[in-house]
Amino acid sequence: MNFKHVTRLFCAAAMFLALGSGAQAQDKVIKIGVIMPMSGGTASIGAHAKAALEVAMDIINNAHPELGNLPLAKNAGLAGLGGAKIEAVFADNQGNPATGQNQALRLITEEKVAAVFGSYQSGVTLTSSAIAEKYGVPFLNSESVAANLTERGFKWFFRTTPIATDFAKIYVDFLADIKAQGAKTDSVAVVHDNTEYGTSVANTIAGAFKEKGRPIALDIAYPVNATDLQGQVLQLKDKKPDVVIMISYTSDAILFAKTMQSLDYKPPVLLADDAGYSDPSFTKAVGKISQGAFNRSSWVVGPPGSASAIIADMYKKKSGEEMDDTVARQMQGFFVLADAIDRAGSTEPAKIQAALKATDLKPEQLMIGYKGVKFDDKGQNVLASGAIIQLQDGENYVSVWPKANAEKAPMLPYKGW
Amino acid sequence: MSFVLVQVIAGGLLLGAVYALFSSGLTLVWGMMNIVNFAHGDFVMLGMYVAYVVYTLMGGGPILGAPLATLVLATVGVVVYFALIRDIMKGPMLAQILGTFGLALLLRYSVFWWFGANFLSMPSNIVGGTYAFAGLRLEASRLLAGVVALLVTFGLHLLLTRTSLGSKMLAVAEDQTAAQLMGIRPDTMQAIAWAIAAGATGLAGALIANFFYIVPTVGETLGIVAFVTVSLGGFGSVPGALVAGLLIGVIESLSGYLIGAVYKDIVVYVLFLSFLWFRPQGLMGKM
Repeated sequence: MNFKHVTRLFCAAAMFLALGSGAQAQDKVIKIGVIMPMSGGTASIGAHAKAALEVAMDIINNAHPELGNLPLAKNAGLAGLGGAKIEAVFADNQGNPATGQNQALRLITEEKVAAVFGSYQSGVTLTSSAIAEKYGVPFLNSESVAANLTERGFKWFFRTTPIATDFAKIYVDFLADIKAQGAKTDSVAVVHDNTEYGTSVANTIAGAFKEKGRPIALDIAYPVNATDLQGQVLQLKDKKPDVVIMISYTSDAILFAKTMQSLDYKPPVLLADDAGYSDPSFTKAVGKISQGAFNRSSWVVGPPGSASAIIADMYKKKSGEEMDDTVARQMQGFFVLADAIDRAGSTEPAKIQAALKATDLKPEQLMIGYKGVKFDDKGQNVLASGAIIQLQDGENYVSVWPKANAEKAPMLPYKGW
Repeated sequence: MSFVLVQVIAGGLLLGAVYALFSSGLTLVWGMMNIVNFAHGDFVMLGMYVAYVVYTLMGGGPILGAPLATLVLATVGVVVYFALIRDIMKGPMLAQILGTFGLALLLRYSVFWWFGANFLSMPSNIVGGTYAFAGLRLEASRLLAGVVALLVTFGLHLLLTRTSLGSKMLAVAEDQTAAQLMGIRPDTMQAIAWAIAAGATGLAGALIANFFYIVPTVGETLGIVAFVTVSLGGFGSVPGALVAGLLIGVIESLSGYLIGAVYKDIVVYVLFLSFLWFRPQGLMGKM
C-alpha cells in the first residue's frame, strides 16, 4: 500500500462521512466515457492522459478561482446542471481499433455515458467514433490528427486539435524560413509507420510539399513496433536528404534515436511530428542523443501565476511528469466538452451536440496556444494552431518558431549526441 | 557488392545472434518437456528490468546486471516450474497453452503496475560506443550480445551432449518412467531445465537492454520472433536456434533494406512457411 492508496482511503472515508451527514444536494454525476491506450505499446500515453484528466476533473468539480478566465474553474461542478460533477469512465483501447470500437459500445450502452472522449491513435478514433455516430452520442477528439476523421460527414464528431493539413503547412513555412537563414532544405524525406496515423500524415505532408512544387525525395515506411530499424537508417544515410520528417510512436522513436547513434547518422534537420517525440519517456530515454530535434506543439507554458503554469504544476504533482503537448491538448479538449455540457444544461445528447456546435472560446479562455475553439460543419476546430519547438539541450523543448512567440532561435544543424 | 550492403548484412548477423540468444531458452523447454512457453517474451522483459534496476540502484553495468539477471530469472524459472508447470503438464495441451499465456499476462502487468508504462532506456555509455572497421560500424553492445549468444549456444549444446546432467535431462525428456526406474528424479531434472532456460533468457534480456528500449510490453514484440526462430531451427534444437536466428536476422535486414521495411515480414514469413512445407521439423529438429 503506497501513499496514493492511503490518500484514496482517506478520500473515501471523507466522502462517506459527507454523505452520512446529509449533503446530497450536489451528488448528481455526469459520466464521460474516456477511451485511451492504457495497455499495449503506447500505454505510457494512456497513463499520462489519465493523470491529466484527473487534474481537469479536479479543476471542474472543485472551486479554482486562481485559474481566472478558464471556464468551469471558478465554482465547484457544472453551474448549468446545479453543480453536478463530471466523472470520467476510463476504458482501455489496447492501441487496437477493434478494441476501441467495443469499448465505445460498452461505454454508450452499458455505462450510459453522456459523451465519449478519445481515443489517441487515429486508427482507434476512426472506429470508436463510428459507434458514437451510430448511437447519436457526442464524441470529442482532442489529439488524433489524421485528416480523414472529419471528412466522413459525421454529425456527432468534434475535434479540437490542429490536424495534419495544418501542420503540413507549418512545416512548409518553417522550412522556407530556416532556408532563408541559410539552412539547406531542398530534399525532404518522410519516415513513418504503417498505422492510420503514420500513413495519412505522411500523405498529407507529401501533398503539401508537392503543392509548393517540391515533391518528397524519399518515403520510408516501416511496420509499427519494429524490432530493428537499421535498414531504414542506412537508407537515409545512403540518400542523404537535407530534412528528415519523423512520424513515429514512442517505441519506434526511441529505437530510431538509438539506431541513428550506433550507425552514426545525423540528418542536417530532423523534424518530428509530435507523437512519440512528445512523450516524456522519449526525452528521458534518448533526449541526450536527440539534441536539436524539432517537433510541433500547441503547448507553451506561460509565466508563473498564469493559468497554464498553474495547471502544468498541478499535472506535475499528480503524475511526476512535465506537461507535454499531447496531454495539454487532451486536457483542453476535455474542458471544451465539459463546457459544452455545462452550457447545454442537460445530459441529452442532442442538447450537448447543439452546445458543441455553438462553442466559441477565446484564446484567453484556453490553457493552450490555440487561437480559439470554434467548430466548422465537419466538426473541426478552425481556430486550432501550433508552433515549432526544439529539444536544444536534450531535456526540455523550447519554442523556436514562429518568431513572435519564440523563446530561442532555432539551433542548426541537428546535433544528435 | 556495395558497401552499404556489407553493413546491412553485418547488422543482420548481429541481430540474428540476438534472436538466437533469446530463443535458446524457449527451444530448451520445448525439447525437455514438450511445453510451449508463451511467457517466454516476458521472461526476456523481466531480464531487461533486472538489468535496469541493477543499473539505477547500484550503478552497475552488464558485468553486474547480466549475471544477476541470469540468477534472478533462473530462480523465477524454478518457482514457475513448481508452482505452475509441473501441474499443467499433466493437463491437456490447451491447459498448457493457456497456463503459460496467463503467466505472460501476470508478469507483464505486474511489471506494468510496479514500474508504470513509461519507456526506459539504459544510458548509451554503459557498453561503450561503436567500433568502426574501415567504415563498417558495429555497436559494442550488440557485439557483446552476439558473442554471448555463441557462447551460450555452445555451452548448452555441450551440457546436453557431453555431461551426465545433460544425459539425465535428455533421458527424462525421452521417457519419464524409464528414467525414474534408473534412479533419475524427473522433477529435479525438469526444474533444472527450467532454471537453465529461464536463466539464459534473463541473460539475453539483460544484454538486449543495452541497445533496446525497456517497457512492460516489450515481450510481445520479441516473443513472436523467438517462436519463429525456434520453429525454423527445429523445436528442441539449440544449435538449430542459432542458425535459424542468424538466417532470419540477415533475411530481415536485407529485405528491409532492399524491398522496404513494411514488406520484410512478408518475405521472412513466406520463406519460413515454404521451408516448413518441405521440412516441417525445422532445420535441425527431429521428426
